[in-house]
Amino acid sequence: MSTARPIRVSDPGTFPLRRVLREDGRGVLKSAAQEHLPGRDKLLEIYRAMLTTRVLDQRLLKLQRQGRVAFVGLATGQEAAIHGSGAVFEPQDWVFSALREGGIALQRGMPMAEYIAHMFGNAEDSAKGRQMPNHFQCRAVNFPSWSSVLGTQLPHAVGAAAAMQRRGEPHVCAAYSGDGATSSNGFHSALNMAAVMRAPVVFVVIDNGWAISVPSSKQTAAASYGTKARAYGMPGVDVDGNDALASYQAVAEAAARARDRGGPTLVCLRSYRIGGHSSSDDPTRYRDDGEVEHWEKRDPIQRMQAYLKSTGLYQEADCEHWQSDIEAAVSAAVRHAAEVGPPPLESLAEDVYAEPPLHLRRQVVEALRIAAEKGAADAVAGEFPL
Amino acid sequence: MSELTMVQAVNDGLKSIMREDDTVLLMGEDVGPKGGVFLATEGLTAEFGEERCFDTPLSEDGIVGVGIGLALNGMKPVCEIQFQDFIFPAFDQIVSEAAKMRYRSGGQYTVPMVVRTPYGGGIRGGLYHSQSGEAYFAHTPGLKVVIPSTPYDAKGLLISSILDPDPVLFMEPKALYRAFREEVPEGVYTVDLSTVREVVPGDAAVIYCWGAMVPVATEAARRIKETRQQDVRVVDLRTLMPLDEDAVLQAARECGRVVVLQEAPRFCGYASEISALLAEHAVESLEAPVRRVTGFDTPFPNTLENYYLPDARRVMDAVEQVLDF
Repeated sequence: MSTARPIRVSDPGTFPLRRVLREDGRGVLKSAAQEHLPGRDKLLEIYRAMLTTRVLDQRLLKLQRQGRVAFVGLATGQEAAIHGSGAVFEPQDWVFSALREGGIALQRGMPMAEYIAHMFGNAEDSAKGRQMPNHFQCRAVNFPSWSSVLGTQLPHAVGAAAAMQRRGEPHVCAAYSGDGATSSNGFHSALNMAAVMRAPVVFVVIDNGWAISVPSSKQTAAASYGTKARAYGMPGVDVDGNDALASYQAVAEAAARARDRGGPTLVCLRSYRIGGHSSSDDPTRYRDDGEVEHWEKRDPIQRMQAYLKSTGLYQEADCEHWQSDIEAAVSAAVRHAAEVGPPPLESLAEDVYAEPPLHLRRQVVEALRIAAEKGAADAVAGEFPL
Repeated sequence: MSELTMVQAVNDGLKSIMREDDTVLLMGEDVGPKGGVFLATEGLTAEFGEERCFDTPLSEDGIVGVGIGLALNGMKPVCEIQFQDFIFPAFDQIVSEAAKMRYRSGGQYTVPMVVRTPYGGGIRGGLYHSQSGEAYFAHTPGLKVVIPSTPYDAKGLLISSILDPDPVLFMEPKALYRAFREEVPEGVYTVDLSTVREVVPGDAAVIYCWGAMVPVATEAARRIKETRQQDVRVVDLRTLMPLDEDAVLQAARECGRVVVLQEAPRFCGYASEISALLAEHAVESLEAPVRRVTGFDTPFPNTLENYYLPDARRVMDAVEQVLDF
């Protein structure tokens, strides 16, 4: 346990953070607990997933600037928190994500082509082009669909966990949110109900300091987000979220407690949003470059790479080639996605209900008739503001 | 077969389906040992245990949000919102999450959940125990809205709603909970969603109504028959979304004169949707303007509740206007 300096203007104050890795990554702190640390395979899985997210961020941002993808929610700087925690969950666990955890679906086995198809919203998108980009889902890896209304996915995780509990399954639900969503109704009702029901849920707040332009100091007057757990009657912990090992460890401990019928835990992984809120946001309007530079020097990927090098695992697993492998896989998926057309007009009224009711079938017939007689719909001119 | 009130029929419906399907769970405020404030869940915790019929914290958005999670993962939750007036904290979960889950996930994730809630006036409940909010919800694609008006329909429609693969808002007219008894079959039976029920035959005019307004329309039709010897048809819509549009249009074409009756305020209410449907598709058959009989465009009052609520008197007045046009 060490005390963080107030290195974010956005921090509500100083508070103790749990750490495992040294800041330079070259080894583990002597004071670090030894339980629930990732083994060899998990370490490599986490590093590869972190690299994948970084490569995707860079590539998708370029595609967005080229006008080929409408929107991207970037995770740059938060890869350790996202993938260190994401590595904990087993295939039969469920992961309820927010904006920046899509990489966890890939980490759990979602195909890259499916991920990119969603970013394009094309006919191969499993969501049939209905969501904005960056709203990933993948049923095959128990990664449900989330909405842009923040915090609403948290009670869903409690319910899905309560179903596991009732069937006597040894599984857990991960419930991710950002720091902004800790102020939402969903956060409050989910933590309260999970604790009362002793539901097997791990709440993971990835605190990147900013909810669009609102800093954590204006989000809460609590000493830290982790302390909020206490009032709900569950354990809470604040962790250095740029430390992949500490992120893994704290979440693994919480998951073990949940599997052991010990109820939910709140884990806050403190990190930093290096980029804007999204591809449409200009953060220079509201925050200081100095703060960003400070955090750029604490890049979680560099830190993890230094750790893997210090243990020899980096050389042993030939990690040097990974970046170009991932770039090639992303490029292939992008080339393919660009050739796939939009979902058919008929799909507009599918999946509203299991069976389309009469009035909807009539509306589709009408839309098809107009398209046949008057041609394609006019283009939409507006741009997404955030 | 036994004679049950509507609230007993709701209880019997829940009990019958829970005996056959152990994925059906009940949750809400006071639904456990107390059996709900109207006793709709009386005895169910005793029979099925706290795992299947359980009290929750006072958190409507939590009740529905957790219900959605249960439904995503293989359960068929029935969430009770104690009064429909208290549903608005859960509006987001119902409208943004439950109703959109199938669509936004391209059919990968679905929410087979029922939200049961007593609605409507007539119990001296004032602003916050009396509202009829069906229009807010019928406006939401992806959600079904069902309102019974008899004990038989309450049980059959409720079981259909629980077995339905999509989220259903099941609004129970609390004014009718103990208004009368009728024969209700034992065990599981269903009543099709999206069919209307002809309550009173007739072809001089038609009154469309639902929930607690059905007996009001029936009484108005009886008085018209008595005073004018004209037969006014009464049609109970039962399922507001999806609506049996063809049946509504057919009745209007057969009768030519229409009154739409609702308890809710008039502006943008469900009656307006029926009026628009007829204007678009049946105008050539109408022999008089469609009249709406509704609550006033005010919050729900307390002392003057009986003037706010449409009664047979006001419905008769509207029917006479369309008959005499």
